[in-house]
Amino acid sequence: MQDFGYIAAKTVSEAVALLDEKGQTARILAGGTDLIVQVREARRDVDWMIDIKSIPEVNVLDYNADTGLTLGAAVECFKIYAVDEICDAYPGLIDATKIIGGTAIQGRAGVGGNLCNASPAADCIPPLIVLNASCVIAGPNGERELPAEQFCTGPGQTALENGEMLVSLKIPAPASNSSSFYLRFIPRNEMDIAVVGAGASVTLDDAKQTIVSARIALGAVAPTPLFAEEASALLTGREVSDATIDEAAQAAQAIARPISDMRGTAEQRTHLVGVLTRRALNGAIQRIRDAA
Amino acid sequence: MTENKEYKVVGTRPIRHDGVDKVTGRALYGADFQIAGLLHGRVLRSPHAHARILSIDTSRAEALPGVKGVVTAADLPTAEDRIADLGEGAVNLKYLCDNIFASDKALYKGHAVAAVAATNPHIAEEACTLIDVEYEVLPPVLEVRQAMEPDAPLLHENIKTTSMGETAEEPSNVASHIQHKLGDPEKGFAEADIVIERDFVTGTVHQGYIEPHNATAHFNQDGQLTIWCSTQGAFTVREQVAEILQHPISKIKVVPMEIGGGFGGKISVYIKPVAALLAKKTGKPVKVLMSRTDVFEGTGPTPASYIRVKMGATKAGKITAAEAYLAFEAGAYPGSPVGPGAMCIFAPYNIENVIIDGYDVVVNKPKTAPYRAPGAPNAAFGSETVLDEIAEELGIDPLEIRLINAAKEGDRRADGPIHPRIGFIETVEAAKSHPHYTAPNGKKHHGRGIASGYWFNIGLESSVTINVNADGTINLIEGSTDIGGTRSSIAMQAAEVLDIPAESVNPSVVDTNSVGYTAVTGGSRTTYATGYAAYEAAQDVKRKMIERAAKLWEVDESNVQFADGVFSSINGKEEQISFRDLCGRLGETGGPVVGSGTVNPGGAGGAYATHIVDVVVDEETGKVEVLRYTAVQDAGKAIHPSYVEGQIQGGAVQGIGWALNEEYIYNDEGEMTNASFLDYRMPTCLDLPMIDAVIVEVPNPGHPYGVRGVGEVPIVPPMAAIANAIYDAIGIRMTELPMSPNRLLKAMGKI
Amino acid sequence: MARKSHVQTTINGETVEFLCESRQSLLEVLRDELHLTGAKEGCNNGNCGACSVILDGRLVNSCLVLGVETEGKSVETIEGVAEPDKLHPIQDAFLENAALQCGICTPGFIMSTKALLDQNPNPTEHEIRYWLAGNLCRCTGYDKIVRAVQDAAESM
Repeated sequence: MQDFGYIAAKTVSEAVALLDEKGQTARILAGGTDLIVQVREARRDVDWMIDIKSIPEVNVLDYNADTGLTLGAAVECFKIYAVDEICDAYPGLIDATKIIGGTAIQGRAGVGGNLCNASPAADCIPPLIVLNASCVIAGPNGERELPAEQFCTGPGQTALENGEMLVSLKIPAPASNSSSFYLRFIPRNEMDIAVVGAGASVTLDDAKQTIVSARIALGAVAPTPLFAEEASALLTGREVSDATIDEAAQAAQAIARPISDMRGTAEQRTHLVGVLTRRALNGAIQRIRDAA
Repeated sequence: MTENKEYKVVGTRPIRHDGVDKVTGRALYGADFQIAGLLHGRVLRSPHAHARILSIDTSRAEALPGVKGVVTAADLPTAEDRIADLGEGAVNLKYLCDNIFASDKALYKGHAVAAVAATNPHIAEEACTLIDVEYEVLPPVLEVRQAMEPDAPLLHENIKTTSMGETAEEPSNVASHIQHKLGDPEKGFAEADIVIERDFVTGTVHQGYIEPHNATAHFNQDGQLTIWCSTQGAFTVREQVAEILQHPISKIKVVPMEIGGGFGGKISVYIKPVAALLAKKTGKPVKVLMSRTDVFEGTGPTPASYIRVKMGATKAGKITAAEAYLAFEAGAYPGSPVGPGAMCIFAPYNIENVIIDGYDVVVNKPKTAPYRAPGAPNAAFGSETVLDEIAEELGIDPLEIRLINAAKEGDRRADGPIHPRIGFIETVEAAKSHPHYTAPNGKKHHGRGIASGYWFNIGLESSVTINVNADGTINLIEGSTDIGGTRSSIAMQAAEVLDIPAESVNPSVVDTNSVGYTAVTGGSRTTYATGYAAYEAAQDVKRKMIERAAKLWEVDESNVQFADGVFSSINGKEEQISFRDLCGRLGETGGPVVGSGTVNPGGAGGAYATHIVDVVVDEETGKVEVLRYTAVQDAGKAIHPSYVEGQIQGGAVQGIGWALNEEYIYNDEGEMTNASFLDYRMPTCLDLPMIDAVIVEVPNPGHPYGVRGVGEVPIVPPMAAIANAIYDAIGIRMTELPMSPNRLLKAMGKI
Repeated sequence: MARKSHVQTTINGETVEFLCESRQSLLEVLRDELHLTGAKEGCNNGNCGACSVILDGRLVNSCLVLGVETEGKSVETIEGVAEPDKLHPIQDAFLENAALQCGICTPGFIMSTKALLDQNPNPTEHEIRYWLAGNLCRCTGYDKIVRAVQDAAESM
């Protein structure tokens, strides 16, 4: 493993200043479950690791039924799913936090790190997209916000500019009669990277028969996680039925442009997009109906 | 049926002797070894699957601060092209040396090319990147049928196919062809009412032990070499290192540390000679550790194979003839387990007419190594699937067709040997009456499958010494690496003889200077053969103790008997002394008592297993879930039933992994793209149900307590059993391993 | 030479100081610097669980934690689980159930089980299997491990 320096930053401004000063080979260290492996396997060249876990803003975990969730960039998965209100409000995000790695990974890894690692197969990103999450970014020129679906720009690449870091994620409070669902396909039952992932959020009318709005996002079928915009839009105002769900699933399949690799073939992935989109939508709808 | 002998210790479930050390983290495994002045070694490996090595320049690595020594193939003595008899089989020494360090050619990605010793592992690793190797990249040969083509690129110019005593003229990737023939197969097939012939393909799979290979070596100025390592056999390490380094056996001491799994994969040496070379060069102890990627890419997996099986049967279900074509990938050097595969393939059945052809074929993949019943699982995947199809076509219950054809004592195996008393029928009967088999099975996409398997087991040499302690306990000294509780299963056999509790035996696995020759922990031989040696050593102790009692009482030895832990005088004097009390009086009766036992038993006795599995198939994703699993096996006599069950459960689960997901995935350049525990998908506990292990006991006449080896046969049936269950669930015969979701989707026509 | 940091941390209740390079993982520090070799390296990338330790009350893979990150923290390792005169009930349960064969994964499984039972004293079989999915065992097929965890939960 290459030699590198380690600095534990105490404030956002200190971390931003360090990132700005050290340049491209400085990386933020949060849970480290991706970064440490990448450096160890010489897949990423890093001179400095800037540990942000002592910074208060990145450890915020605050949920309010009116304003929604503020999720600090370094909050570990196990802390998120330990809060019942958050589990109730954002079940699709919780689905993802419970399947990232094993229990020991969830003790270190967080949603923010999963996003910043920008893997096309990241489990947390489709739920963030369907939940309309916004990324709060700090940089040398102050703060800015970016919708989650615009954060990743390529495998391992993000919209973060030099000197910028993710501080937190903001997720709006869920509408009434809404829910979310995320699932992935893996050959085992745990400890795998998604062959395909699919997230859905759905809002139904009071009768729980008609879709008021829906969002669908896909993982591992393109260089970045995808917001399936057309598939989502066509559901608006439609009655819940197998045919409608199939239609959305086909629209989602249409935007998938997967590759073949050791985790799955392109044709398998395209097929699975249809299966998982249906299951994600049905899963979210079922949750709304079960909530009674 | 089973003999029902009463034992006091054999068949009980004491806490294993090394248990506390292993649950407290105190047990020292190979990588845990520490010594003052230790240097750390790392190995540079070929990035190419097939390449000529034009030059190696180590000067930049040597110049890096902290680097103390660099070695390459040039540091190995020139290996003559000859055969050495090592461990479980004969090995060509040139190949053995070239597999330690590539000399002229790198034959697989991950093939060791050079190694560095440095003051810390990170420096050693960095130094490896500073070694400049010039390669001429050659086209790789990655699949057995491709390698057998006449125009395939050749790995070795000097390999010419040997076939039944003849050697071919032209070089080939086919190292050898074997054939076993019984009766008249043509006539047998003519007599059949149904003949089924199918092709099968199996992937390359790894043993997957959790502990990577490791070795620490120290080379004294007087030539005394000490190696601390994890190994399945300290003596085979000594022999291999002696051959490779051309260093006398008497100057090598191998200290076996605790071992974190082997399954056959820790018999061959890889980095042990490397550590020795680095230690020699630097004059300091050197520890070499493999990474997980090194383990996948640089150590022996078990072969991928192409198999064709043809079986014919009468309407009544009697198999009239069987034919098998087995082509196994040996990896970079000859020596695949196609031989054992050919020995095992039809061994559960008594078939009059059989022909089996086996081919050992080199390809640009790591040299294969034994893995739990090596060769037999590949073969059984074919034969047990075809038999299932025959049973289905004939409308005969799959267990019933096995009973109709079951091999028993006196029947002949296709490769020659006559079966001694075996317990195949008993495993099938036990499966038939098991509640799993009689439970309802009719839900959509649910299926049940069964399959059987055979492994012949081996004997080989073992030595045990017993030192009697004054307090009535014994210290048992053995040379068999304990991979799964064999300290206890061996100790218990000595305890039974001496009528002392298992806890009164202190077993120690010691180095090669401290115990008689003992062959590897492999071939399911340890509880059988080293246990046998312990039995003999305990008998020796018993004889000597009888002498002491006789001396004490001034009677003839023939007038002393030992029963229920007490020596007593018969025919005259009424004297009694317990084993424990007599142990306290050894000083006055002639000094310490040491017993020894050495064996090389020939009656290992084959093991049979019959497995039942229920699966559910997700028709939309192609994923197979194992819902229920029952593994029935003849253990001969289970010395410690918990650890016998453990072997059965562990073997079955390795088989489940092999069946469903495990495989080396290669790109066109011959690079393994999934060389990590993330992407080489071994089962986690969330992928499995409880595994019901059912022990059947048909005592082996070749062992004093009837022991049969149990370690290997449980991996033989699972692949076929699961394939048969998938067929039952969705009506599709899977003929390629692993039966991964992608392959199922394709087979179902979904993609 | 690589830069080294001074780190003070608590390991199994004792204050410990060490020097380490930033690139040394907690696993390397435990094993190579402190000679606490109970945590094992099976994969060095978080996929086998053999190096599991408890860091500030949460289960982590020590191969994925930097030694320098443990400044001021509390680490529990397998060496600290038993009392001087008796084993922890989880350790007893592993022995009584024969839940180990080669034993290389055992320290990780015991740490993982301890973290589980600390927060969920009565897990279902599914919860046990889900929690332990990050710990690979190649010998046992997990049957006896799951039973040992069930037994430990009952006895605690």
